Amino acid sequence: MTLHQLTLGQLAGKIAGREVSARAAMQSCLDQIQRVDGELHAFLSYDASDALAQADAADRALASGSAAPLLGVPIALKDVIAVRDQPLNCGSKILGNFISPYSGTVVEKLKEAGAIVFGRLNMDEFAMGSSTENSAFGATRNPWDLSRIPGGSSGGSAAAVAADECFAALGSDTGGSIRQPAALCGCVGFKPTYGRVSRYGLVAFASSLDQIGTFTKDVRDAALVLRAISGPDPRDSTSVPQAVPDYTAALNGNIKGLKIGLAREYMIGGLDPEVSAAVQTAVKQLEKLGAEIVEVSLPHTDYAVATYYIVATAEASANLARFDGVRYGARVDGADPTDLYCRTRGAGFGPEVKRRIILGTYVLSTGYYDAYYLRAQKVRTLIRRDFLEAFEKVDAIVTPTTPTAAFKIGEKSGDPLQMYLSDIFTISCNLAGICGLSLPCGFTQNPKLPIGLQLLGKPFGEETLLKLAHTYEQSTPWHKERPPLSS
Amino acid sequence: MAADFDIKYVAHLARLSLTPAEEQQYGAQLEGILGYIEKLKQLDVEGIEPTAHAVPLANVFRPDAARSSLSNEEALRNAPAKANGLFVVPKIVE
Repeated sequence: MTLHQLTLGQLAGKIAGREVSARAAMQSCLDQIQRVDGELHAFLSYDASDALAQADAADRALASGSAAPLLGVPIALKDVIAVRDQPLNCGSKILGNFISPYSGTVVEKLKEAGAIVFGRLNMDEFAMGSSTENSAFGATRNPWDLSRIPGGSSGGSAAAVAADECFAALGSDTGGSIRQPAALCGCVGFKPTYGRVSRYGLVAFASSLDQIGTFTKDVRDAALVLRAISGPDPRDSTSVPQAVPDYTAALNGNIKGLKIGLAREYMIGGLDPEVSAAVQTAVKQLEKLGAEIVEVSLPHTDYAVATYYIVATAEASANLARFDGVRYGARVDGADPTDLYCRTRGAGFGPEVKRRIILGTYVLSTGYYDAYYLRAQKVRTLIRRDFLEAFEKVDAIVTPTTPTAAFKIGEKSGDPLQMYLSDIFTISCNLAGICGLSLPCGFTQNPKLPIGLQLLGKPFGEETLLKLAHTYEQSTPWHKERPPLSS
Repeated sequence: MAADFDIKYVAHLARLSLTPAEEQQYGAQLEGILGYIEKLKQLDVEGIEPTAHAVPLANVFRPDAARSSLSNEEALRNAPAKANGLFVVPKIVE
């Protein structure tokens, strides 16, 4: 196994043991990017000299006795998280040549933990999409099959980790944008509980749903990175003041007696037979490992997609009002301010962002607010209640992450509603504010494409999810498989 | 409800200029999405409290003390047009 193929945990151990330098680790990522990213297009940009300078600083810190937990480990970011003096585009033309004047809290926390933070990873424009085809800078491809999408909106993050271009990546998840691409690219994607990770420095899409999370090569790595980025932050008043446990301590392999819910509403038509079979086999495996499988009901599941596309677009229409060509980003001049706003936004936003701004504006407009927005907020209460009631009986809920494996580039891009419906299993988690992860649970046969298993947990139930996922992962071979592109 | 969806009017509210082709395409797509969303009307939500935020948090306070923030120069760094430490915009008042 070559250096870039190590897990983050393995690399951190080798750096701490002085077997490998941070510079060599960083260089192995840069070499891999050089080799595969022309085809993959996971990265929008990266600053190699800054990354190597950070690596050298990590090697000096090690020499002077630093024991920072992620010392010298290269971690890349979705292009929606601000890093001081680095570009930030959110996969959009409207930000022009924007350079971040400050860093997000997660960036500061990763650096405090010793990590090398580098690169801008591709995404659907403003995190709106499920395929990364909505990037203004061109689609990212799936490392398992370059004719297919990597998922989205954090498609660049998933593809980069799966193709061993970095040891971990951060993304954001508003309706599945971490878990869905992780499933389709065959890595581990973790969306923490709303409020677990500070959103300061994350460009807002839908503020009551957005959460930063991790892409990693295995579950232990998710625990390591999650521990580094979690915790309350005075600069995000929605971050929750709850202590951050040592998530790796939960990885003890003991899941005896844990109760896992199987929601009958998730066994829908349209579920691919190979996905269904892989998930059923995984459920049996969890049972064999000591978990107890209990049937639960989430009766409002069928209303989640409709609720989401009202709540999320309403919040987005307000959040994206700031892109007006006045204070930053690209500008198209106009005769008066209104003309300037309309032209700038008309030229700067892509089709999916325009559709969602229009939908969100409509559901908030006079005469329609009660019928759409207020009603959706009430249905959101019912959806959240479904989960809280289910979690009185079980410790976690298991589902497929996606109804099918990765689809072809262009297959769904002409039909937004079909694209939205592919998010059916991931969306409720954000509406309820709970935590969820996706991990590999098998492959389709021909072509060979990863299948993801989703575990949903109680608010602040991260440790239980990590424990279940880790125990399952260590008893199966899936996480060891690398795409042909990796080696 | 979706029948009286006027894309020109809503696009103006959103300060988005659309080409006629965009109006036609997005209008048709949004009609379909609004049709799908109608399914929420099947549910009885009488007496249900709306959820604006999934985590029940009370007000979060901090001491009302001055703190450093971005300098004027940094705040203007990404401005498309600036002069004398200010953002430049088209004339607003005649």
